[in-house]
Amino acid sequence: MKIDIQDHMLVPKHEIMTEEEISDEFSDVDYDFKDLPKIKSDDPVVKAIGAEPGNVLRITRESQTAGEFVTYRIVEG
Amino acid sequence: MKGFIKKIEKINFGLMSPEDIRAMSVVTVETPDTYEDDGFPIEKGLMDPRLGVIDPSLVCRTCGFRGGDCQGHFGSIELARPVIHIGFGDVIHKILRSTCNDCGRVLLNNEQIEEFTTRIQDAMDNRESLNNILKEVYKVAKRELKTMPEDDEEVDPKYCCPHCGAPQEAISLDKPVTIRQGDYKLTASEVRERLERITDEDSFVLGVNPKVARPEWLVLTVLPVPPVTVRPSITLDTGERSEDDLTHKLVDILRINQRLLENMEAGAPQLIVEDLWELLQYHVTTYFDNEASGVPPARHRSGRPLKTLTQRLKGKEGRFRSNLSGKRVNFSARTVISPDPNISINEVGVPEMIAKEVTVPVYVNEWNMDEMIKYIENGPDVHPGANYVIRKDGRKIRVRNEETKELILEQLEPGFIIERHLKDGDMVLFNRQPSLHRMSMMAHEVRVLPYKTFRLNLCVCPPYNADFDGDEMNMHVFQTDESRAEAKSLMRVQEHILSPRFGGPIIGAIHDHISGAYLLTRDGVEFTEEQALQIIRKSHLKLPTLKGGQWVLKDDPEFGEESYIFKDEGEMWTGKELFSLLLPNDLNLSYSAEISKCPAVFPAEDANVVIKNGILVQGVIDESAYGSFSGKILDKIVKEYGPGRAKEFLDRSTDLAICGIMKTGITTSLNDEEIPEEAQDRINEHLDKKMAEVDKLVESYEEGYLQALPGRSLEETLEMKIMQVLGEARDMSGSIAENYLTMGKQSDDDPYDHVMAVENHSVVMARTGARASMLNLTQITACVGQQAVRGGRIERGYLNRTLPHFKKGELGAKAKGFVHSSYKSGLDPIEFFFHAMGGREGLVDTAIRTAQSGYMQRRLVNALQDLQVKSSGLVTDNQGNVIQTMFGEDGVDPAKSDFGKPADLNKLIDEIRMEGK
Repeated sequence: MKIDIQDHMLVPKHEIMTEEEISDEFSDVDYDFKDLPKIKSDDPVVKAIGAEPGNVLRITRESQTAGEFVTYRIVEG
Repeated sequence: MKGFIKKIEKINFGLMSPEDIRAMSVVTVETPDTYEDDGFPIEKGLMDPRLGVIDPSLVCRTCGFRGGDCQGHFGSIELARPVIHIGFGDVIHKILRSTCNDCGRVLLNNEQIEEFTTRIQDAMDNRESLNNILKEVYKVAKRELKTMPEDDEEVDPKYCCPHCGAPQEAISLDKPVTIRQGDYKLTASEVRERLERITDEDSFVLGVNPKVARPEWLVLTVLPVPPVTVRPSITLDTGERSEDDLTHKLVDILRINQRLLENMEAGAPQLIVEDLWELLQYHVTTYFDNEASGVPPARHRSGRPLKTLTQRLKGKEGRFRSNLSGKRVNFSARTVISPDPNISINEVGVPEMIAKEVTVPVYVNEWNMDEMIKYIENGPDVHPGANYVIRKDGRKIRVRNEETKELILEQLEPGFIIERHLKDGDMVLFNRQPSLHRMSMMAHEVRVLPYKTFRLNLCVCPPYNADFDGDEMNMHVFQTDESRAEAKSLMRVQEHILSPRFGGPIIGAIHDHISGAYLLTRDGVEFTEEQALQIIRKSHLKLPTLKGGQWVLKDDPEFGEESYIFKDEGEMWTGKELFSLLLPNDLNLSYSAEISKCPAVFPAEDANVVIKNGILVQGVIDESAYGSFSGKILDKIVKEYGPGRAKEFLDRSTDLAICGIMKTGITTSLNDEEIPEEAQDRINEHLDKKMAEVDKLVESYEEGYLQALPGRSLEETLEMKIMQVLGEARDMSGSIAENYLTMGKQSDDDPYDHVMAVENHSVVMARTGARASMLNLTQITACVGQQAVRGGRIERGYLNRTLPHFKKGELGAKAKGFVHSSYKSGLDPIEFFFHAMGGREGLVDTAIRTAQSGYMQRRLVNALQDLQVKSSGLVTDNQGNVIQTMFGEDGVDPAKSDFGKPADLNKLIDEIRMEGK
């Protein structure tokens, strides 16, 4: 049986963003979304959610300072 | 350097060909001498004028510039025989080992050559490291036969050249530059011939890019001679000329080169030529590196080893670390520091001697003309004077004597720059190494003071981690208005009261500042009107007003009368009332004082501090109030009233604490650690009981009754239990002693009055948090306790025992480093030895820790130095890559946070509750 790593307590929530979400989210920020931190395309989570190189992931995780923090990562490729 | 404006388009790393060296050379040096007897440089000598000039009165024969503007020109020496460059010994060895000894092709077959060529080309195109590919090339291309075959003996083809089939004999390197094939020593000429045979294509596979270097250039045939500006000669006081080490070395090279040439031309025997050749190799080798292993260093006549090219660049004192990464700066000063509680935390006391040496440039204008004239009249020797004047045309004139002063005053007009002495109120940068955090460099205001030390306020000792046992500090004077303004708003001491490390005050009271406030504010301290007014005056506080026979303190029309203090004439004033003068009129606060950790505070209310409308209603002022790292009042004042108010609070409280401590006086002696005999008996009795307990544990272990704890072996269980019992033993004996170590009066019936002496100042200091701890005191009075090495009881020493005084395998307390004695009663020799073991471990640990954390910090700084936080909270590196979309995920500046949190909810609730009342 294969374990779904996304159910693990230490793995934060990863979602693939749609084109629309990307243009909404990154239209009014002072950086290019292509400069976002990268995540390897062979990263276990990337493989688990089936993300393709070039996709942007929204990661929602617990934060010591901010309670909950949303960060983004671009799949390398 | 005038007239050269060039832009660097690219930098190319490669080797210089002999042609390059000759093209660059302005003179071929042939004579191994420098100057004629008449003092003129010899043509074609090492000081040939075409190599450049140093003396500003001479004109360079090559470039036409005068000394100072001429940057110097290279010459060259034609070596009679080739010589191997010391830096390339192992490169040459690797290349020779990977090429055929016979035909010179690389020892790879054609497919391999093709494969590696494309891989290297790919890596180069992608700007990737070639190291790993090259390592592989050299590994694959190595084919070595230990012994050469007899004639017509069959050889395994893997030891043969894939191109011509010749068997390959092993080539070895005798460090640093001797290369052997089997037993035969290859001469540099032979090495060069072999390298010449390598084709461009093959050399590319071997990692030598034929566009910038050829393998044979690794062997020198022409030696560049650096210009005289690189190796200037010095004229001694006696008029004698002393040459640079490099010149000496070049003389040696030329001399041997000359002799070799003559011998070769005269057809001298092979043996002599080879000897001279080897000598030439030695001199060229030491010319490059005089510390190479396997080569005896060349020495000066005096026996001192010469400083040659490598030595100039390498190490801490080398060109890189001491001249390029770091430089000496002007307008800086360094001296011993000493304390001065009478200056502000924002200030630094600067000795007059230094103030007259380092200067501030000031533009002369209509409005400061009179002031500037006074500085020039004072000249360089009278304090607020001037050292230099820069005229409008940029000429710098030194203010020397009356004549120059008059001359300058005649010309003086707006637009001149006066380099005037440092004076009170100037901004300077103050620093103490190691500069580990931003508070290690802060901007202070100058106070010019007599004597020769820098003076600093005691509250700034914690951020600099300074004390006065001989510490020295550095001062830098700003030279531009921009830097001064920037420093004043960002680097001033008062802007750094809150540390970004933990979001609380790092600048605050220490030592006597704390105990002084305690002695002033504790219960029962009273002053007569005259004393009180004197204290107020001495502390530079606002004097109270006398209205209709009543003193009114803290009267401020902005606030209500509930924050005023009224005093009838002739009434006694309490210390708490005096301290209240420091507090803002609308300050409300309550917290537990540091002394609340003491089991018996008399009176008990003193342990709970209540400040109502800026009046200290109850409680004492101690470390929790305004100590560095922990001060509650100080913390609140900086965060709510700003750094200016906090600076004022610290300055005034220093004055007040001094008054407080001077009223009582504070002193300590071994008497403070005295306890009655009955207490000593109780401690001994207690220790005996605990020893018996340990013996019982050991006994039960030896007889096998001891039950192992889960997850531990029997021995570990025993050790843990013993450690626990011994810990209790120390703690209990400590708390017995603590019962007798009290700050002073314990009840109203106590026969003595604490203001009058029969009180314990050691305990006052420990309990208020000024210095030392109760543990320190009980170790002096009661029992030192278990000594530890590697986190456990002492195990090391002899076989199965720590010292020969014990039986083998003994497990008792005494045998493993428990110290029953107190520091005051004295340790017996065995205890003393164990104590030294524990102490030494502490010292070694700190030494290792500083080295490790220093390196860790260096790596962190290098990794983070280019990151920047934009105003939106975005963190990026200098390439524009996003590191964090929001700084720290919550966008909070830790220096402006409340102990790391954006806001302290408990504090806010407290405040609202107090307002409601």
